[in-house]
Amino acid sequence: MAKLPKPEELLQINYNPPPTEDWMDRPVELKQGNFCWGAKGKNLAAVEFPNARDWTPVEADWKLPKDWEGTVLEAMADRLSKYRSFKVFMDICVRCGACADKCHFFIGGGDPKNMPVLRAELMRSVYRKYFTTAGKYLGKLAGARELDLNVLKEWWYYFYQCTECRRCSVFCPYGIDTAEITLMAREFTNLLGLNTDWISGPVANCYMKGNHLGLEPHAIMNSIEGMIDDIETITGIRINPSFNRKGAEILFVTPSGDLFADPGTFTAMGYMMLFHELGIDYTWSTYASEGGNFGFFTSNEMAKRLNAKIYAEAKRLGVKYIIGGECGHMWRVLNQYMDTWNGPADFMEVPKSPITGTVFDNAASTKMIHVTEFTADLIKNNKIKLDPSRNDDLVITYHDSCNTARGMGLLEEPRYIINSVCNKFHEMPDNTIRERTFCCGSGTGLNASENMEIRMRGGYPRANAVKFVRDKHGVNMLANICAIDRATLSASMDYWVPGVRVTGVHELVANALIMTGEKERETNLRGEPLPGKGGNE
Amino acid sequence: MKTVLPFIAVVILVLLPLFGVTVAHQTQIFFGVVVPYTAVAVFVFGFIYRILQWGKSPVPFCIPTTCGQQKSLPWIKQDKLENPVTTMQVVGRMLLEVLVFRSLFRNMKTEMKEGKAVYGSEKLLWLAGLAFHWSFLFIFVRHYRFFVQDVPTAIQLMEGMDSFFQIGAPLFYMTDAVILGAVTFLLVRRVYLPQIRYISLAADFFPLFLILAIAISGILMRYFFKTHIVAVKQLAIGLVSLNPTIPEGIGAIFYVHLFLICVLLMYFPFSKLMHMGGVFLSPTRNMANDSRIVRYINPWNYPVHVHTYEEYEDDFREKMKKAGLPVEKE
Repeated sequence: MAKLPKPEELLQINYNPPPTEDWMDRPVELKQGNFCWGAKGKNLAAVEFPNARDWTPVEADWKLPKDWEGTVLEAMADRLSKYRSFKVFMDICVRCGACADKCHFFIGGGDPKNMPVLRAELMRSVYRKYFTTAGKYLGKLAGARELDLNVLKEWWYYFYQCTECRRCSVFCPYGIDTAEITLMAREFTNLLGLNTDWISGPVANCYMKGNHLGLEPHAIMNSIEGMIDDIETITGIRINPSFNRKGAEILFVTPSGDLFADPGTFTAMGYMMLFHELGIDYTWSTYASEGGNFGFFTSNEMAKRLNAKIYAEAKRLGVKYIIGGECGHMWRVLNQYMDTWNGPADFMEVPKSPITGTVFDNAASTKMIHVTEFTADLIKNNKIKLDPSRNDDLVITYHDSCNTARGMGLLEEPRYIINSVCNKFHEMPDNTIRERTFCCGSGTGLNASENMEIRMRGGYPRANAVKFVRDKHGVNMLANICAIDRATLSASMDYWVPGVRVTGVHELVANALIMTGEKERETNLRGEPLPGKGGNE
Repeated sequence: MKTVLPFIAVVILVLLPLFGVTVAHQTQIFFGVVVPYTAVAVFVFGFIYRILQWGKSPVPFCIPTTCGQQKSLPWIKQDKLENPVTTMQVVGRMLLEVLVFRSLFRNMKTEMKEGKAVYGSEKLLWLAGLAFHWSFLFIFVRHYRFFVQDVPTAIQLMEGMDSFFQIGAPLFYMTDAVILGAVTFLLVRRVYLPQIRYISLAADFFPLFLILAIAISGILMRYFFKTHIVAVKQLAIGLVSLNPTIPEGIGAIFYVHLFLICVLLMYFPFSKLMHMGGVFLSPTRNMANDSRIVRYINPWNYPVHVHTYEEYEDDFREKMKKAGLPVEKE
C-alpha cells in the first residue's frame, strides 16, 4: 500500500493545467493511493454481475470480456435512449468552466481531469465519436476520440474518483450534474466486471445478508445488546428494542454502519434512547437492516434490487410507516428513487407522529420520514425534556451531507435540533455549507483504506472549513447526519484538523435527553465525564 | 490548433461573400436569397429535431438539484425558488435561471493562499454572460425594423433606449459596444485562463469568432461603410413576404453580415449553442422536489431479481430461532 504523504506535501497543489498540453494526449496513470482494489469474482457472482473474476487494476491485463467495446457502446446507446439527463448533458455543455474549481477532488488535488467539466468530457469525447456526425468525421478536431483500453482505464480511474456529490451541478448554468454521468460510467464498467472490492463486497453482503457489513441476524442483535448494556450503565435504564416484529407501528431503518463502529454506534444508541423515552411502537428488521445502498454505486438495477427490501419488509411486518436514520446517499435514494423503483407504498399510511400528531404530508407517498424531521417536530412541540448543558464541553459545527443537501434539501431540521440540544454551535463559512457543502471525500464507495491519498485530497475542502471554525471559535466536534461521514470524516479530521471529533446528531440529542427515571448521569454516551462531573474540570 | 482553425474558418466565411458579390454579381441571389432561406429552414427544422430527439428519451427519475430548504414541517420556511415543489415554483426557478443565470451567479473562484483554499467572489463570467446574451437578444429584436414597412412603437422605444446617449450619426447603440466587449471578454478568458484553455475545444472558439465577426460586420455597416439602407430593407421585406428581390446598390459588407448570420443559424442546431433549448430540458432544474409527496413514474421501470425475505429466512432460520427472532416457517 502506498504511504500517505504528509498534509503539507499533499497541499503542494497547482490549479493551472499545463499551458500547451491537450488533455487527450495525456495517458492515464493509475497512481497508488488514488484507486481501490478490484472486485473479487465471488462478490460479483453473488449478485449475478457479468465477467465475474478476480482482477487487479495495476496489472496490464484487466481480463475484459470479448468485444467489450461493443458492450459499452451498446449500453451507451441504450442509456441515451432511457435517460434524458444523460443525453442532454452529453450535448449542451458550453465548457464555460464555472464548475472547474468546485469539485473537492480538484480543490484538494489539482488534477485537471478532476474538473467536473473534464471528467464529463472523458465520456463526451467517446459519445461524440460514435453518436454525432461531427465527431465521427472530424475526430479530435470536434473533441471526439475512439474508445480504447486507455480510455477505459481513464474512465475507471476518474469515475471512481467522483463521489456523485452534485456540487458542480449547483453552479452549472444548465444544471449539468456530473453524478448523472458518473452513474452511467459505473453502469458501463460494471458490465465489464470492473468494480472495486470496497463496493462489490458490501453489495454482495447487502443482497445476501441484508446489510453492507454482512452482519447476520444474531450479530445485529448482539451489536445492539452491547449498546443497550452501555445505555444501562450510563442512564440506569434498560431498554428493550424489538426485531422483525409484526404489527409494530413503525419500521426503523438506518445504515448498518451505525451498528458497527464508533462513532456511529453512539448515534444508534441515541435513536434507541429517544424512541424508548417516547415509548413509540417500533421495530428493527434484520432483513432490511441497511438504509444505505452501495448498489447505487454500481448500477440502477442493483440499487433497485437492494432497495426493494425496505418496502417488502414494511409490507411483511404490516407497519404503518417507516422512519429512516441519519445517512446521506441513503436519503438521496429514498427521496428520489425508492418510490419510483419499488412503490407504490399504498399498504402503509401517511406518517403521523404518535407523540405530537403531526402528519408528515411531505412523505405522503413514500411513507418514509427522516429521523431529524421526526425529532425536530418533537422538540418544537416540547415533547421531550432536554438539558443542553450536558453538551457544554462541545463546540459544534455542522456538516451538511451532499445528498441530504443537494438531493433533498434537509437543511434546517438538523440545525434546529443541534441548536436545541447544544449551547455552542458555529456555522462554517457560507461557501462551504448547505447547498454548497463539500463532500467528505469518500462517498460513493470510496471509503476504503488503499485509496487514502485521494480520500484525504477530496476531504481537504471540508477539513479546511472545519479548521477555520476550529481556529476561530474553538470548534471541537463536527456533527453530521451521515454514516459514511461519521466513518470517513473521523479519518480526515485526524489527518487535517487533529483534535476535532465527529458525531451524529442523535448522539447529541441523547446526551441532552432527560429520560424518565434515569439516574444522575456521570458520563456522555462515549463514557467520558459530563461537563462539571469529571475530576479535572 | 483549436484556436487557429476556427479563426481561419471564420475568415474564409467572411471572404466567400465578399469576393462572391464583388467579383460575380450574380451570386447576390445565392447569398441574398438561397442561403437565407436555407439557413432559416435548417435552423427551424434542426432545432425542432434536436428538441424532439432529447424529448424522446424519458426522464426516469425525479432528480432536481435542491439548492435550498425542502418543504417539510410547517414552521420551517421552504425555499420555494431553490427547492420547488409546485409547478409555479418550478417556473419561478426556471425563469431565474434563464433570465438572470441564477446558478452562474453563485460562481466563485478557488485559490490556494498561504496553504489554505479560499473562495473569492467571481461574478465576471456571470456578468459577461448576461451582457452577451441580453445584448444579443436586444439587437436581434431591434432588427425587426428591417422586416416591416412601419416600425412598431415597441421597436422604436427599444432603439430609443439603446441610443439613449445620442452620440454620433447614425446614433450609437450601446448594445453594439456591450456585445463586442462581452464576446471579447469570453474569448480572451478562454485563451488566457489556463483551466479554461485546457478544457476548450475548437467548437468553443468557432461560435465566438463567428459572433464577433457578425457584430463587427454589423457595426462597420452602420457606422463606417454606409449601406443603402432602403435597399437592404427592400431585400429583407422581400424575403419575409416570400417575394424575394435583389435591389441594386447594396454593399458587399451587407452580404458578409447576412452570410455569417446564416452560417450561425445553420450551425446552431448541431452545436453546443443548443444549450438554449437544452436548459429547458435539464431535469436537475425543471423538476419539482416532490418525489416523496407523489409517486414519480419511470416509464421503463421493470421487475428485478431480489433476494426475498423467504430466501433470507431459509439461509438463516436456525440462527434466527436461536437468537429468539420470530420466523415465518418453523
